[in-house]
Parts: sequence; structure tokens; C-alpha cells
Amino acid sequence: MSRLILDLLWNATVQTLEMVLASGLLAVAGGLPLAVLLVLTAPGGLYPLPWLSRTLGAVVDAVRAVPFIILLVLLIPFTRMVVGTALGTTAAIVPLSIAAIPYFARIAEVSLREVDAGLVDAVRAMGGTRWMVVRYVLLPESLPGLISGFTVTLVTLVGASAMAGAIGAGGLGDLAIRYGYQRFNTTVMLGVVAVLVVLVMLLQGAGNVLARYLRHTQPTPRG
Amino acid sequence: MKLLEVERLNRSFGGQVALHDISFNVGKGDRLGIIGRSGAGKSTLLRCLSGLDRPQSGRILLEGEDMAVLPEARLVLLRRRIGLVFQHFNLLTSRTVAANVALPLEIARVPKAQRHKRVAELLDLVGLADHAGKYPAMLSGGQKQRVGIARALAAQPALLLCDEATSALDPETTEAILALLADINRVLGLTIVFITHEMDVVRRLAQQVLVLEKGRIVARGTPADILDANQLDAILPPNLSQTPHDGSHAIVRLTVTAQAMLAPLLQMLEQQCQAKLTLLQTLPAREEEGLVDLVVQMDGLAVSTMNALQAHACAAEVIGYVPAYS
Repeated sequence: MSRLILDLLWNATVQTLEMVLASGLLAVAGGLPLAVLLVLTAPGGLYPLPWLSRTLGAVVDAVRAVPFIILLVLLIPFTRMVVGTALGTTAAIVPLSIAAIPYFARIAEVSLREVDAGLVDAVRAMGGTRWMVVRYVLLPESLPGLISGFTVTLVTLVGASAMAGAIGAGGLGDLAIRYGYQRFNTTVMLGVVAVLVVLVMLLQGAGNVLARYLRHTQPTPRG
Repeated sequence: MKLLEVERLNRSFGGQVALHDISFNVGKGDRLGIIGRSGAGKSTLLRCLSGLDRPQSGRILLEGEDMAVLPEARLVLLRRRIGLVFQHFNLLTSRTVAANVALPLEIARVPKAQRHKRVAELLDLVGLADHAGKYPAMLSGGQKQRVGIARALAAQPALLLCDEATSALDPETTEAILALLADINRVLGLTIVFITHEMDVVRRLAQQVLVLEKGRIVARGTPADILDANQLDAILPPNLSQTPHDGSHAIVRLTVTAQAMLAPLLQMLEQQCQAKLTLLQTLPAREEEGLVDLVVQMDGLAVSTMNALQAHACAAEVIGYVPAYS
């Protein structure tokens, strides 16, 4: 493998990581509050506001229904407004985040709903406010699930970021299409696939280890 | 003023009546047991008493404040006066034993140093000082319930509510937890209201009992009164009558001390009374008083017999008569 190809691969990997991590963090920043809001305002929740719950749910589903490649194009004016340009790695972070926020929100919502209602009762009975229930019960108790959900979101973002090549964002997917597919360079193609496989395995492995470390529901083996 | 006054409480879900016209009082330092089958309305009543649910009508006065109508912001503060112990413990899995016990104190914004001191005290009280740093998943059921009790006591509540606190535990652990609760009541003078479906738990812990059936209170009194009505019904022959017939056998409840049980009691009584005694049932011991209730059948009953019985037992009471079998 030539030096040139290695350079290409390295730059593309950095760009991919940049897009995935930045939009992953934004997905949590936007998606987690959204998930908490969905759980709290749901009928029978701690702060039931069915109209809000329904509206938010509809918006979340609407964004998730749009294929990412379409979303990428639809959002071009918005992206230009936010970052000043619609081209390049930074610009790609905008549509990636917009797609990842509702995705992570739905995954986080499931984890939050799985928290034992008895624990919510326990803290409410102690005289905890609704905010304390979120702070002491919902978030810490669902943390291992949230970490797993975040891992899934990151892996999905690795896939989605490949499409961002369509707006000149660079990254591994873009490299594979332009060099590997359009120029019939099998070496590049295989190199990209190898890097992607390793990247996804590392992300998933790190997520699993962290989630397991934080999960205290199973007795740890002794002796 | 009583610590807890419940007046004409009603709660229904849709058309289904869960609680109907419930009234009772609990004085400071009392131990009240509420017993009923599943579906009798016990859990609904407990949720109302703990301020997690509101009745449609009626009053629940805790230290003079009506939980039924108190605005949410004030109710949150009033709930801190109540400690709740759950059947399934409901400990936070993400927190250590010490952090679970500290939670009510964090909620009440008790300063950190004071919190540490109080948690150490409480873990000592429930015998878990060595387990402070463990996570609940590493503990046995009995240990988890001890954490639950320590947590319920943390914020120095005026009232301890127990929701089937021993129903998920094995008999020995149940015994230990009930002893702990009785201790807490005696040493701290803490008022305890508990619900259960087990007669044995009522017998061991309660001073006063309410029997709940289909959302209504159908009986109230001391455990002994209630046990008569409930347990005897189950074990006595269906042909029990209240008046003697020619040659009928008497069914007598004898209350004797636990020591007396160590002697060949029935044989002794037979000799003294000149009557044949058959033991029908031994009721679970009333541990605190050190008494045991026996239900016996006698084939002859005279005034002298009853006198002899009363001389040997703490109490003897004729429950009814059954026809003699030929």
C-alpha cells in the first residue's frame, strides 16, 4: 500500500471521526432532554401533557422518516445559515446531528421507560420533586442503557457520514466511493472497509465495556 | 390530636370502587396493621396514606395537615415526614448501600457531614455497617430490606409505612425484619402502619388491626379479636353452634404461656378436669407477650372444668359446641 493511499486513508478517518463524534455529542445534547420530555409528558408520566408528548413524538418520527440522503439536501439552506457554508466536514455535522437527535431520543426514551416505576415511587414518597426523580432515578438508573444506545447511535453515524460525501464532507465513505468505486481502486476500497470494521468494533467494544462497568443489577462474581 | 387521622376516605378508579368510607386514627407510637386479601384495597389505601395518590373525597390528616387537598408543592414537603418501606425494596441499583440510605437526606438538603454521620448511625442500627460500600445487587433479600428500612428512617419521619415489607422474604428473614421493626417502634417510639396479607405478621407486630375487604373496613380490634374471627372460621367444623346440645362437645380456646407448653399440658388438664381433651389447632405464638393459643375440643364441660382450665391457662373461652360423633 503506497504512502499516498495511507495518507488518504488517515485523513478520511480523521474526518469521519470528527463528524461522528461531533454529531454524536450534539445528538446526546439534543436527544436526551427530548427523551426525558417525551417520558415525562406521556400520559401517566410524571408531568402528563398529552398534546406536547404527541407533538414532539410526531416531529421526531417525521425527521426519522426522511432518508438521510434527502435530509442532507433538504437541510442545505439551514446548514448554510448555521455554519456559513453547505460544503465540507463541518457543514456535514449539521444534518448528521439533525438526523441523530431524534434517533438517539427514541433509543434513550426506551431506556428511560424501562426504569422500575417502584424507584420513581420511592423517591416521590421521600418527598423528591419531579426534577429530583429525573436527577436521582431516571438518568442514573438508565445510564448503562443510555451508554449502549449512544454506542448504537455512533455506529449508525459512521454509516450515515459516508453519505455526507455527497456534499463534499470527505470521510471514509466518500473515499471509498470516489477512489474505490469510481476509479476501480480495489486497494482503497478494501482499506476503507478494513478501517470501518475496526472503527465500529472499537466503538462497540468500548461502549459494551463502559455499560457493563456501570451496570450494578447483576451480582458481581466473588472469590 | 392524633398523629394520623383518616376520615371517610373514598377512592375509585373509573367505576370501580377501591376504597369506601375508610376512617381510622393512629396515635403516636402505635403499631397499626391493615390486613386484607389481594384486591381488598390495601395498596390503594397505602398510596393515599403516603401521598402518592389522592382520594376523591375524605381527609387524611398527618400532623394536622390534610394530604388529600394539600397543593403539590406542600405535599412534597409533607411526604418527607413519612418513611415508606416496600415489598420489593425499591433500592436504586446505581447507588451503593450508603448512598441509598443518604438519598432522603440529599432530598431534604441535609449538609454532607451531617449526612455521613446519620448514614453511619442508621447502618449500625440495622446491622449493615460492613456493607456500606456494596451495591444492592450484592445483598440478600433480608439485607436489602434492612437497607430499605434504614432509608425510610433516614429523614427522621413521624410515620413509618410498610407495604408488605416481609412478603418477599423467607420465614426466618421475616422474623428478623419484624423483630427489627418492633425494636424501632419501641426504641425510637416511631409510629408504624403496615399492610400485609399474612395473619402471622399482624399477630407479631400489630397492636391494633383493621381488616379490609372489598374496599371497606369489615373489622377492627386487637390481633386476638381479629384472629378469633378470621382464623377460627377457617379451622373450626362448619357445624359449630353457639348453644350446647345433649352430649355435644365444647370447643375451647386456651391461652397459655410458652413455658406451660413445655410440660405435658393436655394430659395434666385431662386429669384435673376429668374430661377428654383433643387438640384441634395451635395458633402462631404471640411472641411479645410470650403466649400461645390452643384450640381444643372437650367431651364434657362443667363449671368445675372451666375453673380448672382457668387455673392453669391464662385464659379459657368457650367458642362454641359441636355435636358428638357416635
